[in-house]
Amino acid sequence: MELIAINFTKRGDIRVKTKTFKQGIHPKYNKDLTNSKPLEKANLPKEVTLYLDQHIGSPAKAIVEAGDKVKLGDKVGESTGFISANLHASISGEITAIEERRDSIVIKIKGSEGEQWQVDNPEKNLEDISAEEIREIIKEAGIVGLGGAAFPSHVKVSTDGKEVNQVILNGAECEPYLTVDHRTMLEQASEVIYGLKALMKSAGAKEGYIGVEVNKMDAINKLEEVSQKDSNINIIPLEVKYPQGGEKQLIKAILDKEVPSGGLPLDIGVVVNNVGTAVAVTEAINYGKPLIERGLTVTGAVNNPQNLIVRIGTPIRDLIEECGGFKGEPGKIILGGPMTGQAQSSLDVGVSKGTSGILVLSKDEIEDYKDPRPCIRCARCIDGCPAKLMPTALANLAKNDDVEGLEKYNVLDCIECGSCTYVCPANIDLLDWIRIGKAKVEAKRREN
Amino acid sequence: MKNKVDLTVSSGPHMTSGESIERIMYTVILALVPAMLASIYYFDTMAVGLIVACSLGAIGTEFISQKLRGVPVTIGDGSALLTGILLALTLPPTLPIWMAVLGSIVAIALGKHVFGGLGYNIFNPALVGRAFVGVAYTEAITNMVPPVGMPVILTEILPMDGIRESLGVVDIVSSATPLAEEGIGIMNMFVGRTGGSLGETSALALILGGLYLLYKGYIDWRIPVGYLGSVAVLTTLLGSQGPLFHLFAGGLMLGAFFMATDMVTSPVTKKGRWIFGIGCGIILVIIRLYGNYAEGVLFSILLMNMFVPIIDKYTLPRVFGEVRANG
Repeated sequence: MELIAINFTKRGDIRVKTKTFKQGIHPKYNKDLTNSKPLEKANLPKEVTLYLDQHIGSPAKAIVEAGDKVKLGDKVGESTGFISANLHASISGEITAIEERRDSIVIKIKGSEGEQWQVDNPEKNLEDISAEEIREIIKEAGIVGLGGAAFPSHVKVSTDGKEVNQVILNGAECEPYLTVDHRTMLEQASEVIYGLKALMKSAGAKEGYIGVEVNKMDAINKLEEVSQKDSNINIIPLEVKYPQGGEKQLIKAILDKEVPSGGLPLDIGVVVNNVGTAVAVTEAINYGKPLIERGLTVTGAVNNPQNLIVRIGTPIRDLIEECGGFKGEPGKIILGGPMTGQAQSSLDVGVSKGTSGILVLSKDEIEDYKDPRPCIRCARCIDGCPAKLMPTALANLAKNDDVEGLEKYNVLDCIECGSCTYVCPANIDLLDWIRIGKAKVEAKRREN
Repeated sequence: MKNKVDLTVSSGPHMTSGESIERIMYTVILALVPAMLASIYYFDTMAVGLIVACSLGAIGTEFISQKLRGVPVTIGDGSALLTGILLALTLPPTLPIWMAVLGSIVAIALGKHVFGGLGYNIFNPALVGRAFVGVAYTEAITNMVPPVGMPVILTEILPMDGIRESLGVVDIVSSATPLAEEGIGIMNMFVGRTGGSLGETSALALILGGLYLLYKGYIDWRIPVGYLGSVAVLTTLLGSQGPLFHLFAGGLMLGAFFMATDMVTSPVTKKGRWIFGIGCGIILVIIRLYGNYAEGVLFSILLMNMFVPIIDKYTLPRVFGEVRANG
């Protein structure tokens, strides 16, 4: 049996036992730009762009037409299958267009009046709601995983007869720069705990865990304080290491269990959700609030980096402006964090449910393209890979179109965390090659 | 805010560690500075000449090879320089310069570029050069002289009298190659007051450099520990001179910290590095105790280099979440 690596970190004067997974890397975190800035509501956008395919699964179907008037929270896109999610108007106003853009359809709404969701209802007692009802509320509210993957949340708690023992909330926030989960845990600790209990009830789990990296000790303390009376909820301090918040790595660290290769957490009786998702669940249950807004971190080369609660569909241009505009000349704008986020080509892109941050890198900060050198077999990629793969071998197999070799070396187990590319001294874009390799294996499997 | 912005779009990750081949190579060279200084201290201008000749020979050969092969010239990345320095450290101070230069040409041309250049070579290039010199000029390479004592160039810049006093250095009069003659104080071998190749004399200087590389994470401890550990254990059980003599004699420290740990020519898996290190140790002991060749470091590493592909293949780590039948 493999032991979980246990390390110690200082917490005030007491030393805290931390848990972690094996391997991984230590990137530069750059979280101090925003980690002490409270979450604030962003200005209401005048126009939003809602993508019908902003979640994993089949895209929603538009149920409005151009010219329709919608109120905040009205359903505008309907889920089209089990793995799909509803979409709601994130502002009141008029539908101006339903247009096709590349492969996705977007609904545009022009705002007519500023409006906040009413949140004055008393907290509902979870005893009075059934597991089935909670699942229905989550589904109706269009809640998806807010950590970045945007996987429909009702699917995760639809256990389909499988026994679920543990629900884990992911508060690791291992991506550099991002601090929105940190602030959420600190400022909305009771909503996080309530959401965890609701998710536990809906999945039929007896135990709840929240894993938090120890660079957020204040959040750990706050969550412990709020959950003091709940003996079945444990707050787990985690070592600061990337990708600590990878679903499989998180489960390994907290429960010392490995999700089988090719399998899902559900296969070992575990459900993992982001802490932000838990808050969205709480608000859906207590206030009937659909997923119309989310917290995110606007950071990097902007004049006033902040943690903001923004309406889904807000153009990133508005948010960058609200944060004081670009600091220096912008070189790259990334939705998400610097390790797994996607670089954008336009400022008109709307925030989607999976957008955890907007990171601006200035022209000076972006790294110039460097020609790849030969692999010198330093094995940094191998020592860092959290899935214990051989990234350099996989890259070569992908280059040589060796699909059999790629399968033998378990290419599909790659979680695309980017650690290999991050550490490579020879500027080899290992992850790009591995993605190509994965596509080759998947294409072959579809053929057969 | 400007309406149009010029944005770079590329796939993630969008940041990297900034690590580079150059930084790795020059850090290893930095780690060799104590050993180079020790060799200059003991062998004076003979050492300087060999180090400079081998370095220039290696860099020049790299340049010509890359031109001939029509690939980008990368003589600035430090890898050829490192090979040159390592080769010089395996040579005896009295070796004629032209033989050393020939060795460096063989190291880079046959040890490296024949296989495709940096990253593709099977054998440690410096050791290929050393093997060539050893086989081609047997007499010259076994002519070991004792250290000459205080070098002129160092006494002018350093307070050498004090250093020599504190080290208890006395002028060495006896000539000896430690592996051919018994009865040499282990302490002498440790600090370097014995004859031998440039880098064979001072174990202390090599260990300092090796520890620095371990601290920087540029070498894996499993290889030197496996190599030195197996030599210590086997010579305790089988040898007549005891493990300390074997550990500090010859080029073992240079081999264990700087040659066997070469990234390109050692295994990439952790288990593989154990096997590699221990394999080197076993071969070294067989050569030293039962062969008629006095020194086994060279061939122990070259022979194990050949096994690297197969070691890597059979020591693949268990993939996360993978269930094996024998699990």
